Amino acid sequence: MSNRVKTDRIVITATINGEERTFLADERDSLLEALRERIGLTGAKEGCNNGNCGACAVILDGRLVNSCCVMAAEVQGGTVTTVEGLATPEALHPLQQAFLEDAALQCGICTPGFLVAAKALLDHHPRPTEHEARFWLAGNLCRCTGYDKIIRAVLNAADEMSNGR
Amino acid sequence: MVSTEQPKQYRVIGSRPIRHDGVDKVTGRAEYGADVRHEGMLFGAVLRSPHAHARIKRIDASKAEALPGVKAVVTSADFPGAEEGDLDLGEGRANPRWLLDNLLASDKALYHGHAVAAVAATDQHTAEDALALIQVDYEVLPAVIDVREAMLDTAPILHPELRTAIRARGVEKPADKPTNLASHLRLEKGDLDKGFAEADVIIEREYETAMFHQGYIEPQNATAFWNRDGEVTVWTSTQGAFSVREQVATICQVPVTRVKVVPMEIGGGFGGKIGIYLEPVAALLSRKSGRPVKLWMTREAVFQATGPTSATYSRVKIGAKRDGTITAAHAYLAYEAGAYPGSPVGAGAQCAFAPYNIPNQVVDGLDVVVNGPKTAAYRAPGAPAAEYAVEAVLNELAEQLEMDPMELRLKNASKEGTTNAAGQPWPRIGAVEVMEAVKNHPHYTSELTGEDVGRGVAMGFWFNGGMESSSSATVNADGKVSLILGSTDIGGTRASLAMQLAETLGITSDDVKPHVVDTDSVGFTAVTGGSRTTFAGGWAAYELGVQIRDRMRERAARIWETAVDKVEYRDDGTIAGPDGKQLSFQELAGKLSATGGMIAVSATVRMNTPGPAYAGHIVDVKVDRDTGKVEILRYTAVQDVGTAIHPSYVEGQIQGGVAQGIGMALTEEYFYDDEGRLRNASFLDYRMPVANDLPMIETVLVEVPNPGHPYGVRGVGEVPIVPPQPAIQQAVYDAIGVRFYKTPMSPRVILEELLPE
Repeated sequence: MSNRVKTDRIVITATINGEERTFLADERDSLLEALRERIGLTGAKEGCNNGNCGACAVILDGRLVNSCCVMAAEVQGGTVTTVEGLATPEALHPLQQAFLEDAALQCGICTPGFLVAAKALLDHHPRPTEHEARFWLAGNLCRCTGYDKIIRAVLNAADEMSNGR
Repeated sequence: MVSTEQPKQYRVIGSRPIRHDGVDKVTGRAEYGADVRHEGMLFGAVLRSPHAHARIKRIDASKAEALPGVKAVVTSADFPGAEEGDLDLGEGRANPRWLLDNLLASDKALYHGHAVAAVAATDQHTAEDALALIQVDYEVLPAVIDVREAMLDTAPILHPELRTAIRARGVEKPADKPTNLASHLRLEKGDLDKGFAEADVIIEREYETAMFHQGYIEPQNATAFWNRDGEVTVWTSTQGAFSVREQVATICQVPVTRVKVVPMEIGGGFGGKIGIYLEPVAALLSRKSGRPVKLWMTREAVFQATGPTSATYSRVKIGAKRDGTITAAHAYLAYEAGAYPGSPVGAGAQCAFAPYNIPNQVVDGLDVVVNGPKTAAYRAPGAPAAEYAVEAVLNELAEQLEMDPMELRLKNASKEGTTNAAGQPWPRIGAVEVMEAVKNHPHYTSELTGEDVGRGVAMGFWFNGGMESSSSATVNADGKVSLILGSTDIGGTRASLAMQLAETLGITSDDVKPHVVDTDSVGFTAVTGGSRTTFAGGWAAYELGVQIRDRMRERAARIWETAVDKVEYRDDGTIAGPDGKQLSFQELAGKLSATGGMIAVSATVRMNTPGPAYAGHIVDVKVDRDTGKVEILRYTAVQDVGTAIHPSYVEGQIQGGVAQGIGMALTEEYFYDDEGRLRNASFLDYRMPVANDLPMIETVLVEVPNPGHPYGVRGVGEVPIVPPQPAIQQAVYDAIGVRFYKTPMSPRVILEELLPE
């Protein structure tokens, strides 16, 4: 019994940004809380905690999700990609580079969610139209930019990635 | 870009370098308020009133305090109390007693969501559990939430001691009895009756605007540690670290230098993160528990208890001669202040007729308390509602006079030397340049075809701010310059300030490393607000550059054993002496240590020469008769930006302001029920524009340099939120022939008009 944890704590093992992590979470923790409070990955942001703003977006087993609406317990054995997992040691992801070059962020709080959502978009549709990009990203709120430069950055990154291949 | 005066040749200004804080913000490393972590840190939660107006008879927190994991509970009784006064917040003012009462309600809860108690516990879940154990006995009182109802004799009274402050000649002083009308101001110029008598056409209309929230994506947060030696440290997302320091010191009654505020990255503010909501509460919880305490607002609480801007009622009357000359204008503006006095009606009153040279005008501004959250500054505070009413009347006037709406505006445009509502002459302004750029724009001159489509135009004005900014800089041995800033970077000011220093020194933007630091590490700096930061902070950066140039010349003179006046500092950063001697900035920087030491300089500026901003917008819409939805087909925003330091971020400010203005025009509003409870406190139900609601937003940067700034900077951030409401109102009328006098023009409102009874 010596290694029993408190009853409302659970042990979770998941692959996070390519690395297997085992951590202790409160059974009431959302994935967002677990990422931020238990693992220390604070790139995903809390803007609403009910799935309306997209600032906490992560990719879970290939699917774009709002991590505030997923229980931490659900990711047992799963694979999670957060904004911290987009760049390689050598280079930023083309989306990150495009966001910088196109000035697609002002305050930056929505940026991690937009980058993750845009990565999921390009994973599924490598050459989206402006219309498709706007609809795909409609679940991510930005209050600073009016979306203009974000959409341009996503389309420019798509060009860059397609031409690079 | 449209340049209207002899353009200056710049090396760095006008280019588009990658912002210095960019990589941290795209990789998730940037630390915002919620990302603060300290060993032993407690997590807090705030209990809020379920009633819009209620007497608090008793608070029993004993069960919460007994819950394992709970370390402290506070109510307003734990605060030392506050005296009446007038605290300058930077963009607005506050009476400390009301500020304190808003942080934690004392004898009455004055709005749905008003904080009444706070808890600190070892984790967030426990803190939230504890809230449910706090018992509050309320005596529910009748509430009033509408500005006009609040002024009726029969209205429930929020503050029995409140009397109307009269700031106007000729307004009768009301009887000495309780009221919700906090103040009445009047601006007067010329002879109104004479002006209307000269008019051939007079139009008078009434308008209403809803309560709108700033809608920043990052909720308010504060982490505080009250050390055993009485030193208080606060980590928070704020537009003004020094403003927070002042407010915390006043409320907690500690000397101001005992408070250190560490500004974290800020996830949007738009005026809403100048006043404080959590910081002193976190500090008090920390003093009680002896541990750092983090407080974090839920989104629901953000909507219930922070922001918003005033809901308004206004009446505007304008008279003109047959040829379009405006002879007289009167505006009556009634603004909700929320639960405590202090709406932005004063600024609204001054903005109302600012684009126009009107000889006879009166503006009445009323500040009215209601059972809603205390309103906060929101992008051009007070201006959108006042100018919406004026611009909408002008569009009707143009139609009656059978004049082009831009022609009517040009005929009456404010210019350098004409006087504003306060009787002051305008400095060099770009109202005419903007109006002409709108009138000549291919969007304006193009033909619009299709069913249920329409076009509208409108102008906007905002003062722009000056105020105080401090900065320091150090030249490093590798030729890079560290720039220490007191201004929170809310959307690219590290870049815009570093670029102005780089321009002054003839080095690149990347050669300057900007840092935003805490209140102990830089001189006093006013808030990031009022579109003042790139203007006043830029002037401080320029002064640093001038000082560094002089010091570099002195050093070169010493090295070359010549007189300082024989050494020239060239615009490209080359330091040149006699006989062709020459050093680059980098080369000389490398010699500083061995020739007398490194160079460090500081500057504080207090600016009173801001350049006012004018904007003109053109919008095409299509109205869907089945759903009532208004689609924005095309949007063009023209603006006098003075000098665009980093054009991408100037465009971004304009596009963001337009998007917020479109939200005001079409979808955003607070819904209160009959009991005064807010019914749409979520991003799903408070409907801000999303990516598929908007087209690309074209920007036209008109550059009329501000003669009151070394680089011609005017502010750019605020004015673009002003024109969208009237421009879209006109476009909807053009599309379906119906004028709406209330915003937002939501699908429900439009359908009610279009559908048969």
